[in-house]
Amino acid sequence: MKALRIFSRNIRDSFKSVFRNFSLSIASISCITITLVVVALSIILSLNVNNFTKSIEGNVTIVAFINNDKDEKAIENIKQEIIKLDNVSEKNIEFKDKVEISKEMINDSEIIKGVMEDISTENTPVQNTFQVKVDKIVDIGKTAKAIGKIDGITNVKYGEEMIDQLVSVFTTVRKFCIYLLIALVIVTAFLIANTIKITIFSRKREIEIMRLVGASNTNIKIPFIMEGLFLGIIGSILPILLTIIGYQKIYQHFHGKMFTSFIKLVSPVPFVYYVSLVLLGIGMIVGMFGSWRAVKKYLKI
Amino acid sequence: MDLIRLRNINKTYKNGVTAIYDLDLTIKKGEFVFIIGETGCGKSTLIKMLYREEKPSSGKIIVGGINVAKLRNGNVYKLRRKIGVVFQNFQLLPKLTAYENVAFALEVFGLPKDEIHKKVVKVLELVGLKNKAKHYPDQLSGGEQQRVAIARAIVNGPKLLICDEPTGNLDPKKSMEIMEVLEAINKLGTTILMVTHDIDIVKQMGKRVILLDSGQIVKDYEEGTYK
Repeated sequence: MKALRIFSRNIRDSFKSVFRNFSLSIASISCITITLVVVALSIILSLNVNNFTKSIEGNVTIVAFINNDKDEKAIENIKQEIIKLDNVSEKNIEFKDKVEISKEMINDSEIIKGVMEDISTENTPVQNTFQVKVDKIVDIGKTAKAIGKIDGITNVKYGEEMIDQLVSVFTTVRKFCIYLLIALVIVTAFLIANTIKITIFSRKREIEIMRLVGASNTNIKIPFIMEGLFLGIIGSILPILLTIIGYQKIYQHFHGKMFTSFIKLVSPVPFVYYVSLVLLGIGMIVGMFGSWRAVKKYLKI
Repeated sequence: MDLIRLRNINKTYKNGVTAIYDLDLTIKKGEFVFIIGETGCGKSTLIKMLYREEKPSSGKIIVGGINVAKLRNGNVYKLRRKIGVVFQNFQLLPKLTAYENVAFALEVFGLPKDEIHKKVVKVLELVGLKNKAKHYPDQLSGGEQQRVAIARAIVNGPKLLICDEPTGNLDPKKSMEIMEVLEAINKLGTTILMVTHDIDIVKQMGKRVILLDSGQIVKDYEEGTYK
């Protein structure tokens, strides 16, 4: 009962305090809002980059050319050997018959059509292939090499140079986005902590008096931490609204694509709600952390 | 029975200044004791150590059965609940009324509202401010603000009331009014330890007087012997 009374008093007081120290609360809230808007932008950007790279990665295929003298049984054996590799799963292997490929090639180009018309299906220089998608794009080179060593595979192609470059660019971009996000969250936390510190500095006397009358450190800390929590929640409202409304508007404006149909934006629902939850979480945590850090300073003797 | 016991207390600040030097002191329950001495003699350091705002460099301090010197930071509140402290500059919260300032000391313990009300009204009556409960500090005179501060310090029913020059900002008439309030509180059983520069008050009150000089007790006058 007593704990409940203290708890409800803490909530009431911290809420009151936000309004009683209105100008300083506004400073803290603005700081939280501005930094969370930047955080929201970087989350949206990095997740879209991630989505884009993933979709490209999903389309990268290793083409393994099979020696034409291999019969069906030998081809099945080759398939099993490919499946055994770490980076490959069964659903990602597709067999393409040389006849089928020939037809595709004829349909694609008039020149090839002219050349191929004179060659019978039996004598076609086109080879049967396995089209293999890998689980981890980073290891595509190793997987391609391993496939190339399998008996019956004459050649392996996956657009080595371009893919290797793309992989290294995507890895760098993704890492950069993650580091940027972490750095932003840390900077936000300290920025907010310092703003709240100024708010709490003006209430140094209040803390001193609380200590004097025998309030325990926990008793003193909780209202301030709750206040930080309120500031964090209030400060995250605007960034959340901007995320939900703004992103949906952008998505609609660009019809879900950025510049070309190649770069697809992440669908807004439930994406914006997840981002909003993350923003609310960051706002609450850094608000509480900032207050805790600031008030802690005045509790030492 | 002893309420305060100090043995071989030394206090040297980080900058090398020694404020208290090998000090022994015993104060019994219910006593009213003045601590006097020139500025810089260690009076404030001495009382700050009693409510654990400062730690002694060495020695033993027992207040109300608590070993203050060994008290951990997180447990300081246990000591503070047994002690009331009054300052020269009142230390009131300007945005709270007299009533709220006093109630503040009880709210942090999570007492029920009606119990807080009873205690606050009773203590405001004791210091003669019942009719000014709704006034904010800036609507009260210096003497009245000090009474609010005293009310806040005693509302928990502390065993010890420490007063650090409570009349320092008041004229002689208001000072005597504060002393009357303190005397009344003392008569109810609270031990009072008061640091002051006001020798007239000390003489008029006729209580035990401890004279400090260079961090040491140079004279301990028994009740009624300080002239």
